[in-house]
This record gives sequence, C-alpha cells and structure tokens, in this order.
Amino acid sequence: MRKNWPVLLLISFLLVGLALPLATKASPPGFYIEVLLGGLMAGVLYSLVAMGFALIFKASGVFNFAQGAMVLFAALAVARLSEAMPLGVAVVLAFAIMVVLAWLIERLVLRPLVNQEGVALLMATLGVTYFLDGFGQTVWGSDIYKIELGIAKEPVMILDNVFQGGILVNKEDFVAALVAALLVTALSIFFQKTSTGRALRAVADDHQAAQSIGIPLNRIWVIVWSIAGLVALVAGILWGAKLGVQFSVSQVALKALPVVILGGFTSVNGAIIGGLIIGVGEKMAEVFLGPVMVKMFDLAGGGIENWFAYVLALLFLLVRPEGLFGEKHIDRV
Amino acid sequence: MQESELPEGRLREAARSSRIGAPILAVEGVSLSFGGVRALADVSFDVREHEIRAIIGPNGAGKSSMLNVINGVYHPQQGTIRYLGRTHHDMDSHEVAQSGIARTFQNLALFKGMTVLENIMTGRTLKMRSSLLLQALRIGPALREEIEHRTVVENIIDFLEIQAYRKTPVGRLPYGLQKRVDLARALAMEPRVLLLDEPMAGMNVEEKQDMCRFILDVNDQFGTTIVLIEHDMSVVMDISDRVVVLDYGKKIGDGTPDEVRANQAVIEAYLGVSH
Amino acid sequence: MLYRENGQFKSSYAADLQMLPIAQDRWLMLALVLFAFVAVPFLVSDYLFLSILIPFLILTLAAIGLNLLVGYCGQISIGHAAFMAVGAYAAYNLVLRLPQLNFLIVLLLAGLIAAAMGMLFGIPSLRIKGLYLAVATLAAQFFTDWMFARVKWFTNYSSSGSVSTAAVELFGWTIDTPVKKYLFLLAVLIVFTLIAKNLVRGRIGREWMAMRDMDVAAEVIGIRPVYAKLTAFGISAFYCAVAGALWGFVHLGSWEPLAFSLTLSLNLLFMIIIGGMGSLLGCYFGAAFIVVLPIFLDQAPLWLGIGISTATASHLALMIFGALIVFFLIVEPHGLARLWAIGKEKLRLWPFPH
Repeated sequence: MRKNWPVLLLISFLLVGLALPLATKASPPGFYIEVLLGGLMAGVLYSLVAMGFALIFKASGVFNFAQGAMVLFAALAVARLSEAMPLGVAVVLAFAIMVVLAWLIERLVLRPLVNQEGVALLMATLGVTYFLDGFGQTVWGSDIYKIELGIAKEPVMILDNVFQGGILVNKEDFVAALVAALLVTALSIFFQKTSTGRALRAVADDHQAAQSIGIPLNRIWVIVWSIAGLVALVAGILWGAKLGVQFSVSQVALKALPVVILGGFTSVNGAIIGGLIIGVGEKMAEVFLGPVMVKMFDLAGGGIENWFAYVLALLFLLVRPEGLFGEKHIDRV
Repeated sequence: MQESELPEGRLREAARSSRIGAPILAVEGVSLSFGGVRALADVSFDVREHEIRAIIGPNGAGKSSMLNVINGVYHPQQGTIRYLGRTHHDMDSHEVAQSGIARTFQNLALFKGMTVLENIMTGRTLKMRSSLLLQALRIGPALREEIEHRTVVENIIDFLEIQAYRKTPVGRLPYGLQKRVDLARALAMEPRVLLLDEPMAGMNVEEKQDMCRFILDVNDQFGTTIVLIEHDMSVVMDISDRVVVLDYGKKIGDGTPDEVRANQAVIEAYLGVSH
Repeated sequence: MLYRENGQFKSSYAADLQMLPIAQDRWLMLALVLFAFVAVPFLVSDYLFLSILIPFLILTLAAIGLNLLVGYCGQISIGHAAFMAVGAYAAYNLVLRLPQLNFLIVLLLAGLIAAAMGMLFGIPSLRIKGLYLAVATLAAQFFTDWMFARVKWFTNYSSSGSVSTAAVELFGWTIDTPVKKYLFLLAVLIVFTLIAKNLVRGRIGREWMAMRDMDVAAEVIGIRPVYAKLTAFGISAFYCAVAGALWGFVHLGSWEPLAFSLTLSLNLLFMIIIGGMGSLLGCYFGAAFIVVLPIFLDQAPLWLGIGISTATASHLALMIFGALIVFFLIVEPHGLARLWAIGKEKLRLWPFPH
C-alpha cells in the first residue's frame, strides 16, 4: 500500500485538474460538458485503436506498432471500395483484406523475429508501418476520402433546458461509442465463453504450456491478428467517417501508445479506460489549460494536445509502469 | 580412497584448517518469499574467513536465492546479514561489490556482446577511477589505467588458462570455457568472498577437475573465502571445509562434510523417506 | 594473402590496445582520410556535396550519438531528434545573444545544454526499459517540438516560427562554400568519431555494454546503473546536439521546428539498425544508406527509362524503406557493419576458403 501513493497522487492531481474549470467558473457548465463529451468521444476512438494493440500484445507479446497503419489501411480500403459497391459489401471485403494482411504480417515479419527482444519487434512493426503507408497510398491513392455511414453529420442540441445554451453532441460520436461498447462486450463474451477465446487466453498466459496441451500456436496467432484486424477495421470506419481518411501516422498509431501505457499493455479494459482518460485529458488541457499557459508564458498558440498524452504517459510510467490494469513482471536471475 | 585418508590430503587439511579465521559473513534468520512462494525460511549460518563453505540441497531448496540475498539481488523479508562486522537488513549490490563480494551465476550471465577480455575487464570497473573526459581523450591516467588493469586481467587469464580465447566473443565459446570466463570476471574484482553458483554444472570429469584445481588455487594463493553451491557430492566432500544443507528453504544440516554426510535429515532429504 | 596479421606481434599491452592494431587497417585508414581531405574536394561537384556528402557527415554524427545510447548502452530512444533540435536552437540563441563567442565554444555549450536535458529525459530509463522507455522518449520528442514552436523566445519572436542563420565564421574563415563546409564537417566528424571510439573501448563503454547485455549481472559487478545510463543519455544528447546545430547552421541555413520532427528521429533509428547497432562504422554505413536511398530511388527510374511520378516515387521509397528495415532485422540484425566484418574475415582467409 505504501508504494501506491505516487499513483494516487497523480490521479488526484488529474481529478483536480478536471474539476478546476467548473470550480473556478472559468467556463459555463454547458460548454464544459461539451468539451468533456468531445474528449470522451475522441477517447473512444483512441481506445478502439489501443484495443487492437492490447489484443495482440496479450496473445503474442508482440507490440504491433503497425496497428495504426492497419487502421488507416482498413479505412482506406472501405472508403475506396465503397465507391464501387454498397457499403456493406465493401466492409466485408475490407475485412477479408485485413485478415490476409494480418496473416502476412504474422508470417513474414513476426515469425522470423520471434526470438528477438521487444525492441527489435517494435522496430520491425515500425518498418511494417512505413511499408503499409507507402503501399496503401500506392494502392488506394493519397487524397482524402470519405466514408458515408448514412448518419447525419449535423450536431444535435440536447439538454437545453438544463444548461444554458444546451450541449452540442454529434450523432456520429454516439454511434461510435455505442459500437465500441458493443465490440468490447462481444470480445469479452468471446474470451470468456468460447473455447477459442479460452485458448487465446491460455496462449497469452504461457505459450509453451498452451502448446503442450495441444493448442496450435500459429493458428491462434492468426485468429488474434484477425480480431485485431477487425478492431482496426471498425476503428478505421468510425474514424474515417468522422474525420475523413488520410494518412498521418503520428495522429493515430502513436496516440495509442500512451493509451496502452495508462491502461496496461495486456488489458483490453485498460485500453478503454486509458483511451477515455487520454481523450478527456487532452481536450480539457487544450481548451482550458491552453489559454492559461499561453497567457502565462506568452506562447504562440496552443497545441498542448500534441504532447499532453505523452507526458501523462511518462508520468504514469514513472509511478506505475504496468499501467492501471496491467500485470507486473518479476525479473528472476 | 578419500582424499582425507591420503597423507597429502591430511597435510592439506591441516594446512587449510590452520588458515581458517573468524566468521566474516553471517546470515541470521533470513526469510524470503515471492508472492506466496517461500524461498527461504529462517536460515542462519556463518562463513569463516579463508574457508571453503559449500551450500548443498535438492533442486529448488533455495540455494541460489540465498546467494542472491547476499548479493543484494533479492531483499529478504526478515533476517539480517552480517558482513565485516556490519549488520544489514538487505544488501545493496553496489556496496556489496565494493566491499569485496563477487559471484558467478548458475546461468552464466556473461555479457554476450563482448569478448572474453572485455568481459573480464568489466570486473575491474570498480577499481578504475579516471574521469570521462580523460577516457574520451584516452591520455595520461586513463591510458595508464587501461594498461595497468589489462595486465591484471591477463594474469587472471593465465591463471585460468584461457589465453587462446581472449579476443573471442564469449557467445562463441563452449559452455565449460564460458564458466571459466565467469569465474575470471569474478576474480577480477579481487574479492574477499567469492560466491560460486554451481561452477561445475554441465562439465565433464576433466573440466571438473580443472575447475576444482582453480577453486583450490584461488583459496590457497589469494586466501579468498569461497561459498560454493554444488550438486556433485564428491566435489563437495573433497574440497569444502564446512557444508550447509538446505531443503525447501530451511537449513537441515550444518557442519563438516563428514558430519553432514552422516546426518539423517540430510539423507532423507536426498533419498526421500518412505511414509 | 593481402589482409593478414602474420608477423604483426605486439610486445606490449599498449600496442595491443591501439585503435587499429592491424597494419593494413592503419594504412587503409590513412589513405582514406587523405583521400577524403585532399582528393575529394577536387573530384566532387557542388551538387553532390550539398545533397549527399554534407548531410551524410552530419547525420553520421547524429547516428553515432544515437548508437552510443541504443547500440552500446541498450536503451531505446525514438525521439532523439529532440536533442538535435535543442542543439540547433541553443546554438542559434547563443550566436544571437553572445555573438562574440567562438563557434566551437557555441557547439560545446549547445552540447552541454542538450546533455543536461538528455540526462533529465533519461531518468525514466532508471525505472523502465524497452517499449515503455520508447514511449517516454516520444514524450521528449513531442514536448520539444511544441516548445520550440510555441515559446517565442527560442525563435527570437519570429513571426513565421522559423529562424535563419548566417554562415559560420571560424578563426577568420567564413564557411560558405560547399567545399569549405565539407572540410569543416569532415574534421568535426573525425574528431568526434575518435572520441566516441575512445569512450567505447574504455571503462564507460564496457559499462554501457554490460548494462545492455545483462544489467543484473552488471550491478553485481559494481557498475552503477544510474551512472551508466545517465552518462549514455547525456553524451548521446551531446553528440546529437552538435549534429543538430551543424544541421541547422551549415546544412539548412534556416529552419522551422518541423525540421527536427519524429520523422528525423525514426530516420536516425533506421540508420543505426541498417548500419549496425553497437558499431561506429555502422553509423557511417547507415547514414550513407539513408542519404543515398531517396536520391537513388528518384534517379533509378530515369536510368531504367521508366517514368514514374514523384508522388509514386516517394510512396515507393516508403515501401522499400519499410521492407528493408524488416529485412535487415530478420536477416542481419547487426546490420551492414556485420556484413562488412564478415567480408573482412573472409578476406583474411583469402584465397583459402577456411
């Protein structure tokens, strides 16, 4: 219990920061809630990407830096394919492509490197990211593409009798949150109730033990990567619908890193919580802390959200490296 | 025939026992657990200066953990370690190294990216004092130091007869030679107490004889106190002065090799008891 | 039969400890250095200087910095361009506000400032390693990106956010032509390479490598992890800072904060992966590779008579890049330097097969 005080300190610090704008009346409550919701929605999207990370890491110990590139690739696939066929078909086709892609990555990149340490794998997946970047743009083109989900894009005003001015909410964001929740529930059920899911968990715990009871490791890994591909597809569609599909590695892939740091590399639930914390924290910092800092330090504009997630992750790394829900290691000599 | 029955063996024993001094290292009531697993339970024994003390016991008895505690790699939940007159609740690796305790590892722990020479030179690191700037320019004191310590390391290499391999990356050496490099690296620290974790594991008869000879020579020539974990009973009986027996983390025997060999509890631990 | 050590016996440890104990190596190095200083200025066009040699020299220096940390000490950093940025902006501000300082002193001071920052950002490495540390270094990258873009003092309140510098003046020389730049950078690189070589084969180098290979055993021997790691971060940052200052002043002339972005950090990392981690020679190989590859990819279609648009070429470059990284990691994780070493070993035996 002694060792937990830095974490508690950090969390209370964050909560205080969260409450400050309301407490100091620096902003009308309606606006505050808008920002909060916006942060939560962004957080949901981060979580979706991070879930893919956590899944793969959990099952195979590989940190798939290329997850973000996979998300974008999937999104591009859907966007371009849906120009030539109905959306539903495009999605199914894109999923098939993602599965093949996942299988190829596992086969060509990860299997040969299975004995190297994490850093080599990280760099290899970085290489894959670059490759997918170039390949995606070659195949699908490098303009910005749209994904039409058929959801109205205009924000809706709600609760204008409770808060002055009401709160603007995006329908798309709601759908995204809903889908994310469904996905998480589905995955939970899959892991707990089905035999494949249990096999996956066994592999995650101990590869060799799992092998010794007859679980086919390679097939399991393909399944894991396919699920990650599915998650990437969902994330890609939602993200693409909201923001338009374009390649920018920093945005997507890298932001998921702080998320899994906060949540714990091996925890899907952690990815969700971490994503929400990062999403909210970023938005809050940008909107409320930003102007304060600009005034205090005479800065040329905000942009705090560029580093907030990482610095937060850094602080968490110093006090709780295994994340909120991850597992601790013990090094034996 | 036992070594101790031969005239030379008896002379050697006599010579050794006359050299053995006062206790230099003592563990008292040390208990160590990992999560729910009890690695050591209330273990106490001492080690006298210049002696060769063996720690034996079945697999998983906690022998390596005991060495790790002495080294400061693990921190015991209870108990103290007394070394050179000072009592510690847990040991700090750096302090331990500085005050003259060195060790070898069961799984080698050599620096695979470096040559034999470089590995042994790392053992000299505590004795090298020149500043970064001088090292960067490699002049004066820094260069002299390199040469000086290189000379010491070469003497150790001669002593352990690994001259031919000094520029070979350690990863390429056969297991027996790697163990010698591990020992050389520990010796490079000029320790007062040398902790050896299964130095003869995986060796054939000749390699074991060589290793025994080295260990005895180290003890004879440099007076180094040796604490030795070993499974090979004949080795233990031959070269150790006193023996500690651990089983399931508890001490079940402590005394000279003959005493321990006759100890009923020890026999039961190794051979099992019919219930 | 050429490359043999026969007859070259050393009769003292000092002789054996030389940087280049084999005589043929010494001759080769001498010839190479002479060639680089004397012949190259006459043989190479200005375009080649500006587009290949000058970036190559500076990036090699930065790669050495990163390699000391990642390849020798085993700590990961994917945000090292941050220290290049620190060096560049520190040098800029020093030259601006203390114009009487000799440029070499400016480089030194910029390096020291970055070293301090390096040690600060190295503190997480005391508690975390591997992937976790990688994320911490990203924090350094993005934070410095933001800092130099937003804190106006650093850019001297420039409205566009970018800064420009005059040509470097050193001991009465103005370093403005490509040849002069090349010679200056070559001299700096050689000095810094020698220093790095000395560090790496001395006590600190061994401590770094011990930390990389097995940190628990290293502690037991008496190596202080804090000292080893923080010196690695500090010295590595120093090198990158000097490289950054040179990049800004000598190569670019003027730059905006994006000049030291994550892309540059990742490029540095790829340089040392492809060139060879834990090898100074590898830094040279890796930097050369990274500098030449895009140009090659641009020109190759023209030589082959295939016309492709620049956009496609850059996408292709990304793909080849990514594929090469994976290839090297799988096939030869020790990079081009290892391939070179294997070649040398074969040469020692030549013409015999073994």
